Amino acid sequence: MKERRISGIVQRRGPRHVLMRGLLFAILLLFCAYYLVPLVVMISTSLKSLAEIREGSLLSLPQTLDFSAWTKAWSAACVGVRCDGLAPYVWNSVLMTVPAVAISTFLGALNGYALTKWRFPGADWIFALVLFGAFIPFQVVLLPMARTLGFLGLAGTVPGLILVHSVYGLAFTTLFFRNFFIGVSNGIVQAAMVDGAGFFGIFFRVVLPMSIPAIVVTVIWQFTQIWNDFLFGVAFTIGDSNPVTVALNNVVNTSTGVKQYNVDMAAAIIAGLPTLAVYVIAGAYFVRGLSAGAIKG
Amino acid sequence: MVSGIKLENVHKSFGGNEVIKGIDLEIEPGEFVVLVGPSGCGKSTLLNMIAGLETLGSGHIHIGGNIVDDIPPRDRDIAMVFQSYALYPTKTVRENITFGMQTRRIPKDLQKSAVEEFSTLLQIHAYLDRKPGQLSGGQRQRVAMGRALVRKPEVFLFDEPLSNLDAKLRIEMRTEIKKLHQRLGKTIVYVTHDQIEAMTLASRIAVMDNGHVRQFADPTTIYEHPVDLFVAGFMGSPPMNMLPGCLRRPDGRPVVEAPAGGGADALHFPLPDRLAARLDQPDGHQVVLGLRPETIFRAGSELPGEDRFTLNRPVSVVEPTGPDTMIVFEIGETELIARVRPEDAAEPGTPFEFEVDMAKAKLFDAKTGLHL
Repeated sequence: MKERRISGIVQRRGPRHVLMRGLLFAILLLFCAYYLVPLVVMISTSLKSLAEIREGSLLSLPQTLDFSAWTKAWSAACVGVRCDGLAPYVWNSVLMTVPAVAISTFLGALNGYALTKWRFPGADWIFALVLFGAFIPFQVVLLPMARTLGFLGLAGTVPGLILVHSVYGLAFTTLFFRNFFIGVSNGIVQAAMVDGAGFFGIFFRVVLPMSIPAIVVTVIWQFTQIWNDFLFGVAFTIGDSNPVTVALNNVVNTSTGVKQYNVDMAAAIIAGLPTLAVYVIAGAYFVRGLSAGAIKG
Repeated sequence: MVSGIKLENVHKSFGGNEVIKGIDLEIEPGEFVVLVGPSGCGKSTLLNMIAGLETLGSGHIHIGGNIVDDIPPRDRDIAMVFQSYALYPTKTVRENITFGMQTRRIPKDLQKSAVEEFSTLLQIHAYLDRKPGQLSGGQRQRVAMGRALVRKPEVFLFDEPLSNLDAKLRIEMRTEIKKLHQRLGKTIVYVTHDQIEAMTLASRIAVMDNGHVRQFADPTTIYEHPVDLFVAGFMGSPPMNMLPGCLRRPDGRPVVEAPAGGGADALHFPLPDRLAARLDQPDGHQVVLGLRPETIFRAGSELPGEDRFTLNRPVSVVEPTGPDTMIVFEIGETELIARVRPEDAAEPGTPFEFEVDMAKAKLFDAKTGLHL
């Protein structure tokens, strides 16, 4: 793909232009600060001792780097009556998120492929119905889902949560892949049929390798949704099977003892780090995938 | 053994809209048949039905003597080259070519020797390890052909394979496809909307229009003896001149009378004996006289012959093409094109003496459009 250079475009010059540029950058800096100051406050607060927090101002930087709040948040903070820190709950979240993301992404890809490349009567209707799932407010399904999980014997367990997230992720993952595959030339699929490949052969050997960009987008989306979910976590799990979002709430919203702001801040950052990591790692793949896979069928 | 193809009363509809309206076609083994027609005439649908990428509405398709109506593409012993090339973008050229053999679990060493053979034949061995995205249009075209050839099927299907190439490359690849056919001797069905491609490549052409095959014959017959106005107008560039008129027999010999317009006397085109002999239509019958541009030239620029007719008209537009120059002129309401030698051209607006070779004139019934 050819990149279009825009740095060479002729621009107006003169004092007025310089002023406008200055103004532009000032506004941009303001917005940067707006987004970054809360993060800075969180990080700096998490590195202060409780005494320092009480004496200093919110914006002052820590005098010494004190990582004890992080260690405490990770392994000793009290979640309810249990004081093992967030670690076990982070593990719960991983155990829940990874399979749920994998299952919903895989099924979404399969749905999108079938809906676009193996057209059948009523395909558009089925897609419209699947899409409808994207607009359902999750509060509406809490009770029926609770009954279902109870019936399946999965109530209050991590596998139950995996099922819930896989099912409710399907609407979006199907939408993403369907829209991606609609741009993939039918000729490629027909060529593969003539070449002797079947439904799954074409899916795994031809179509899936082409859809790295769609997979990355879907994984980022699903990972963020599922990792950050609080509603299903708090509704369908109990105590030891809580995901980290629920545990974080229990750490921060405790009503007993002194409020440990540094531990709260460290715990909140820990709970948010994995999504950040996914953005950074997958984002790089995303850009690469876009330019490497960019070829018209 | 080389397979032929037989289509028997083939129909196909899409949502109540009939696109193939009963086609019978018998393609001999080893033949190069071109399906040609304007866009929307159903030619690509018909090809997809032969490939098995489209189900039959009704009728039967035979390949190599077997009915293949319910046989999926992979088991029809065909290979196909697509208009968009349809190469697998994530696979290298080599993997693209061997994919069909991989799915059929052909041993690795056989795959390797087949790749060797055809990459040399198509001159693609230099970029076997590149991805399609790194190739030019012409190179992708070669790879697409390599992918089709390598399995050595009995029937090749080409769906407008050259339409994405630039003009020069198109002519080059056209010659190569013809060479390949002469060398391999396999049956080829080739779809195009380009009548020059059809003329140059085909052993027989099927001219299609609106879901029907209008004429199925060798290129010379199609060009010289079109069955109706559609075929006559579609084949040939610039297209055949169609002059409406009516049949008269002033002194026993039939002529076509065409109003000259502008108050001038009507023109009387004398019909050659060959044509006159089989005319039994009454006087005044509405007809269309078909004159190919190359049968109209400057009076006296060719050796004199029988059945010549001269007329004098003003030149309205001159279009040089290099080897020939097109002169546009009018008879009545109709614009006609004459193909003259460049040195015979004249300025627009000046009178010009045209000579028509009536021996090559075609005559059609104005109402039915059929050849008379």
